[in-house]
Amino acid sequence: MDQLLDQFFNLEIMAAAWPTILRGLGMTLLLCLLVIPLGVIGGLAAALTSLSPRRWVRWPAIALVDLFRAIPPLVLLIFVYAGLPFAGIRMSPFVAVAIAFMLNNSAYYGEVLRAGILSVPRGQAEAARSTGMTHAQTMRAVVLPQGVRNVLPDLISNTVEVVKLTSLASVVSLGEMLHAANLARSVTYNASPITMAALVYLILLWPAVRLVSRWQRRIAV
Amino acid sequence: MTGFDRFLATFFNGEVIVRYLPSILQGVWVTIACSLLIVVFGVAAGVLLACVRAYRIAPLNVAIVVFADMMRALPPLVLILMVYFGLPNVGIMLSSFLVLFVILGLVLAAFTEEIVWAGLTAVDKGQWEAARSTGIGFTGTLLQVILPQALRMVIPPLTNRAIAITKMTALGTVIGVPDILNQATTAQSFSGNASPLTIAAIAYVILFLPLVVMSRWLEERFVRHRR
Repeated sequence: MDQLLDQFFNLEIMAAAWPTILRGLGMTLLLCLLVIPLGVIGGLAAALTSLSPRRWVRWPAIALVDLFRAIPPLVLLIFVYAGLPFAGIRMSPFVAVAIAFMLNNSAYYGEVLRAGILSVPRGQAEAARSTGMTHAQTMRAVVLPQGVRNVLPDLISNTVEVVKLTSLASVVSLGEMLHAANLARSVTYNASPITMAALVYLILLWPAVRLVSRWQRRIAV
Repeated sequence: MTGFDRFLATFFNGEVIVRYLPSILQGVWVTIACSLLIVVFGVAAGVLLACVRAYRIAPLNVAIVVFADMMRALPPLVLILMVYFGLPNVGIMLSSFLVLFVILGLVLAAFTEEIVWAGLTAVDKGQWEAARSTGIGFTGTLLQVILPQALRMVIPPLTNRAIAITKMTALGTVIGVPDILNQATTAQSFSGNASPLTIAAIAYVILFLPLVVMSRWLEERFVRHRR
């Protein structure tokens, strides 16, 4: 038991690793600030195109969404970061992470938003159009606000997944929180820094996870 | 050499592909084996936990909810690194494959528990009352009447989640599980060519695209059914 505590909850090592982890947390938050809006914007584009009445727009959009839902994000990230340089396209880890996650997250946000738009009864759009609003105005002012509200729990849980996903950036040596913690782990031969990073993730994400669970209970499946 | 030739030689180099295809295929089996184990264990454990939760035994329920919340809030890679690098120092040696399977299995169990629990609570109360009034006990009602209806309801979200989590087997690469991605990155650094990564991406698409398409079909059928 002492051995376990010493290996996973060594307060001395935790205190020493804290500044490093805090710096990593800064990078994690920065990544989130970039990757979440990019994913939502990309997802909106994916949702709107995959619901297009034109077949030649809809089918390629659905195919792309499914393609990026089939490829593991880490594979995508390593392909962008380690594969593209062979074609002379070099980029920093940060840009590679942004591109890879944008592709992956857009597909998932796209599916959520698509379900949201589909959940709005057709009559809403018809009524709005009949008042003389354009298709774009109808989408923006009538369908999207209701659709987003209907899938808000899914949007939040997808965002939780996106925040968790940023930990993959450690694999391409981007100094986010897990990378910082793992570095401290390899220097101290002690897993406590990773425990500490885990605690920070819990503090960040547990409230959201709990909120969504309670919410979904009320709405039910 | 034209630009297109160079593109082919970099990402679809026949020679490199032929040389490293066997090792990537080995990785395919590792990925499939690990994925199947995760799905079987994760779904079974998750359904079991959701059923236990239905008995509403307070301390057990708190434990289940805390477990499910933690597994859903923590990035799997954090758990994998913590267990893989921490446990050997307290004298517990686990293979990287086992660590990957256990962690992702537990993560899927947590998500499955939440999804199935939502399904159980969504079954109409009258179903409970009707079954109990015919003299079936609590356990019988839960397993024979409520659970089957709940499971049917949650198939689409459960499929989506199972796909998302089995895809994470690629994380095993980080701790040295010889899966598709690991074989491909090794081959890529030996050959100095990106083709193994292309093959890996294609292998994942072949493995997972049918599942993704199936889940889309399930979802659409389900939504139409509900309307």
